Amino acid sequence: MSGAVPMLLRRLGFYFLAGWVALTLNFLIPRMMPGDPAAVMLARFEGDLSPEALQALRETFGISDGPMWQQYLDYLSHVLRGDLGISIAYFPAPVTQVLGTGLLWTVFLAGGAVLIAFALGTTLGALAAWWRGGWLDAIAPPTLAFLGAFPYFWLAMVAAWLFGFQLGLFPLRHAYGLDIEPALSLAFVSSVAYHAFLPALTMVIASTGGWMLGMRNVMIGVLGDDFITYAMARGLPRRRVLFHYAARNALLPNVTGFGMALGFVLSGALLTEIVFSYPGQGYLLIQSVRAQDFPLMQGIFLTITAAVLGANWLVDIVTVLLDPRTR
Amino acid sequence: MSGLRTLLSNGKARAGAVLVVGFVLMALLGPLAVQDATAFVAVPHLPPGPGHWFGTTGQGQDVFAQTVVGARITLLVGFATGLGVVVIGSLIGGIAGYAGGRVDDLLSLLINVFLVMPGLPLMVVLAAFLPAGPATMFAVLVLTGWAWNARVLRAQTLAVRNRDFIAAARVSGEGTVRLVAVEILPNMASLIVSSFIGATIYAIGAQVGLEFLGLGDISAVTWGTNLYWASNDSALLTGSWWTFVPTGLSVALVGFGLVLLNFGIDEITNPRLTASKVLGELGDGPQSTPVRELPSD
Repeated sequence: MSGAVPMLLRRLGFYFLAGWVALTLNFLIPRMMPGDPAAVMLARFEGDLSPEALQALRETFGISDGPMWQQYLDYLSHVLRGDLGISIAYFPAPVTQVLGTGLLWTVFLAGGAVLIAFALGTTLGALAAWWRGGWLDAIAPPTLAFLGAFPYFWLAMVAAWLFGFQLGLFPLRHAYGLDIEPALSLAFVSSVAYHAFLPALTMVIASTGGWMLGMRNVMIGVLGDDFITYAMARGLPRRRVLFHYAARNALLPNVTGFGMALGFVLSGALLTEIVFSYPGQGYLLIQSVRAQDFPLMQGIFLTITAAVLGANWLVDIVTVLLDPRTR
Repeated sequence: MSGLRTLLSNGKARAGAVLVVGFVLMALLGPLAVQDATAFVAVPHLPPGPGHWFGTTGQGQDVFAQTVVGARITLLVGFATGLGVVVIGSLIGGIAGYAGGRVDDLLSLLINVFLVMPGLPLMVVLAAFLPAGPATMFAVLVLTGWAWNARVLRAQTLAVRNRDFIAAARVSGEGTVRLVAVEILPNMASLIVSSFIGATIYAIGAQVGLEFLGLGDISAVTWGTNLYWASNDSALLTGSWWTFVPTGLSVALVGFGLVLLNFGIDEITNPRLTASKVLGELGDGPQSTPVRELPSD
């Protein structure tokens, strides 16, 4: 285990660096607007907003007469204290309060869908490579590639219309029944699962194909290796060769890709949530776009980035556990 | 053009090319042939039928015209972004891979930071602050999408750079520019083409997603704004599926066509994927003749 801890610490350092870049971009973007961005932006709200809200907006962006580095330091110290400013759409609630439980719902929905799609996709990919040219190999990759070409949110619209609106099998909106108190009860948990089913299903459908193809192509390479031929020649049970020898080795590049795909899937989840009025970050995102609530938008960017960076570090830890070479 | 002929000899690539070329022709010529896509032509939310084959939108516009006209800006921005992403990606990736050392360390760090940052929320923040329109869309998509290409091309440059024939060329006195242009780049042609295709797929999907959020120019007719208006005019609550199905299918068909093209390139450049011997020799799989039936566990 000697090399693993420094490696994980180095990765952690990298994620902090990436987080700092995100923070800095967040600071720079409003200031890089053509003309005088602050004045333009504030002018847009003049009349719509009370003077207190305007002042709050000013403070959120650290827009002051001070020099740039002063504004930057003010901004950083605000964010590090967990102060992301005041929301405009939900004025006068602070952004952190508005974000509140939204991230939990998003992580639950997207995380669940990613795990299911990953397990399903890699298993299918391993089997397709094993039975090369068989029916699974012939049907599944093109079908899944076709489904993967649809935008996530469009699949969500079709699923909501077909299963929710036409057939009435699943709810069209919200994360749990309105008549149920959030509690650790069977009724609540089953209601949550019932409401999450359709949005998660559309995300699984759209993203399984990528995992399957990746796994299939790596697996084909691994199956060509000598140690597989040797394992077969030794007369090992085929299922053992498939799962313990080939699939285990082919899995690693996919696990590494897992972290990278998280950001992509989270982006898809945000749009899916909008279709289903699911109370996650995506729903807040469209509220913030409609109301031009810049502080809320930026808060969503920062929290999602933090979540993705954290998840990537978890993936690094799993990689160390799976791959003896990294230790 | 022998490369093109090789590509079209592959069935998947041929099917993909037909789809993509079909939609590009529709985007180029279609808008001249259909009626005004923004005009109020009939009762809102009219189901598909004679006169309006795809029905009408919640604003009483012809859905067929909107689907055809929407292809133009969407595909233009998609292909332009694909090109922009590949140019910037190969520039940064190529420099990093070829230069090595400090330069590579720094550029790789930059690439990895942009790779790990979630795209959509960053795009939203960028697009919200900039004036809406195709130019903004292009800039936002290139800025958030270049890193993946840079990473792939850096890895490939590294691999090609250390091959013997490059060393031989260097020893024989070829200059750096000639070395990169004549020896290295042609060896990455198929990778650059498939990167361009991949970037275009990304650009079309991300563009449609951003416009669906209302971050494009919502007065223009594009595939993304079609879906934005369908959702805004409560397509789901009125059950008017025809307002979003044609556009979504078009997005998927173009994307699928591009994916098929990439499958074709993959199969041509990576013979292992098409070689059938790999498992046939092991006596497994229904298509091969088993040498000896292995005991099942």
